[in-house]
Amino acid sequence: MTGRARVWVLHGGVILLLFLLQFVLPDYHHTNVARIMVLATYAIGYNLLIGYTGLLSLGHAMFFATGLYGAGLPIYYFGLHPVAGFLLGALLALVLAFVVGLIVLRTSGVAFMIVTMMFAQAFFLATLYFNGVTRGDEGLVLAAEARRFGFLGLDLDLAEPATRYNMALSLFTGALLICLALVRSPLGRVMIAIRENEERTRMLGYNARDYKLLALSLSGLLSGAAGAAYVLLFAYMGSSFAAIQYSILPLLWVLLGGIGTVIGPLIGTALMFYLIDKTSEVMQSYLIVVGAVLVALVLFFPKGLAGTLRQRYARWLP
Amino acid sequence: MSFLRTEALSRSFGGLAAVAGVDLSVEPGEIRAIIGPNGAGKTTLVSLISGRVPPSSGRIEFDGDDITALKPWERVLRGIVYTFQITSIFRNLTLAENVMLAAQRAASRDQPLWRGLDDRAVTQAVDAALERVGLASRAQELAGELAYGHQRLLEVAMGLALRPKLLILDEPTQGLSEQEIADFCALVRSIAMDATILLIEHNMDVVMALAQRITVMNNGALLAEGTPDQIMNHAEVQRAYLGT
Repeated sequence: MTGRARVWVLHGGVILLLFLLQFVLPDYHHTNVARIMVLATYAIGYNLLIGYTGLLSLGHAMFFATGLYGAGLPIYYFGLHPVAGFLLGALLALVLAFVVGLIVLRTSGVAFMIVTMMFAQAFFLATLYFNGVTRGDEGLVLAAEARRFGFLGLDLDLAEPATRYNMALSLFTGALLICLALVRSPLGRVMIAIRENEERTRMLGYNARDYKLLALSLSGLLSGAAGAAYVLLFAYMGSSFAAIQYSILPLLWVLLGGIGTVIGPLIGTALMFYLIDKTSEVMQSYLIVVGAVLVALVLFFPKGLAGTLRQRYARWLP
Repeated sequence: MSFLRTEALSRSFGGLAAVAGVDLSVEPGEIRAIIGPNGAGKTTLVSLISGRVPPSSGRIEFDGDDITALKPWERVLRGIVYTFQITSIFRNLTLAENVMLAAQRAASRDQPLWRGLDDRAVTQAVDAALERVGLASRAQELAGELAYGHQRLLEVAMGLALRPKLLILDEPTQGLSEQEIADFCALVRSIAMDATILLIEHNMDVVMALAQRITVMNNGALLAEGTPDQIMNHAEVQRAYLGT
């Protein structure tokens, strides 16, 4: 098989597998996998920046939460149509990423990490400060009626598990295809070049800053789309989604699954999700186990699961 | 009207004047060698011309325009291409991918990258550039796995794929064998058919074989300029550089 065929078979196979899983999974895991697919979309967005452009952000929770609130609040307060809410949330995250990018891309390296974290903390504190609107940590729950809607002649109810699962799958599929197409395009090649050697990329005639701004904007868009989908599919929005933890989590998912691979974010998100889920079932100090697994992975899979597989066996993996 | 002209071009690092008041003028189609002892300011001078280093004062004219204020990537789009002295390639990418980055830039010179690129033409340009430097058979190898001399050739291939008007070669023959140097000289001559070349080189045989004119630098300033014969017989040059 050629490299191109393998890539499509692998990623198409993963989508097909996820589609078929919904018919065999018990209820509990059915919901979990839907959640994992939304969070993996967030991780794909994050990976676009760290994995392909080489920029480590510690502030992505602000983009995820912008999608969450940008979709959730207008639906909650003004009864906005869920589809319009989704688009609004994703769009606001795109705009925020672009504007924040204009400022934070004046820095690089450690300074970039700190400045992105500062912006995200300011955003987090704002969600607490305006708790009259957001209800802060306690959060808001979307009413059942707000999640029932007609779209393209279909009557959809997002509280319905099958609808929710397939919505999450559509979102994830879209993000995966965008990422796959992008990183194999001329544009993606430039992003990778910036990650590998920014100075050289500039001397090949590319204005590196513009490409980094574009990567950050796209990353913000995907993160925001994930946040908007999250509030629609799981009906809850709260300040905890804007907290530092939600900036660190996508970093862990991506590192675990394989930084700079298209499939890695899904693997990492699923693994981490079930690791916490299973260990917290049997003990209270489950974070010790999670920590130990992370250390082991760093030792034996320094580039994450998919990244190390690529290095050893499958150089064609995008 | 010169093709490339610098006027009182200077650059200091802290208190050190690496390049001081250089007036250089290069004619179109010329192969110009720049020689001088280590630390004479050769690399700084070409870095100023390529825009990698901003000047402290002075101005640069290229192809009739003042380019002093242009960013390095804007100069690349105008045809000023720099190949690095300290090899600067994408070590984790294949040779083909390295050259592809240059070729797709040349192909999308007048339009944004996301607007239709002719993939076939870009691939052909990649193959052609690798062919010219003799690395075509190794297109799918990782650049970081090449021997040092071949990494230098890859640099040149990336430069070629950018379709330069002015190609700056900074010590390109370092680490090449005798036979490879001979091939390289032939390559430079063929490049010079449709580009102007600035060549920094320590190997005097290469300089004498290729250059039509030679500029000698010492302590950041121009010491002499002339044909190879004139330079060989220049008393000051011999004292400062040739050591005889």
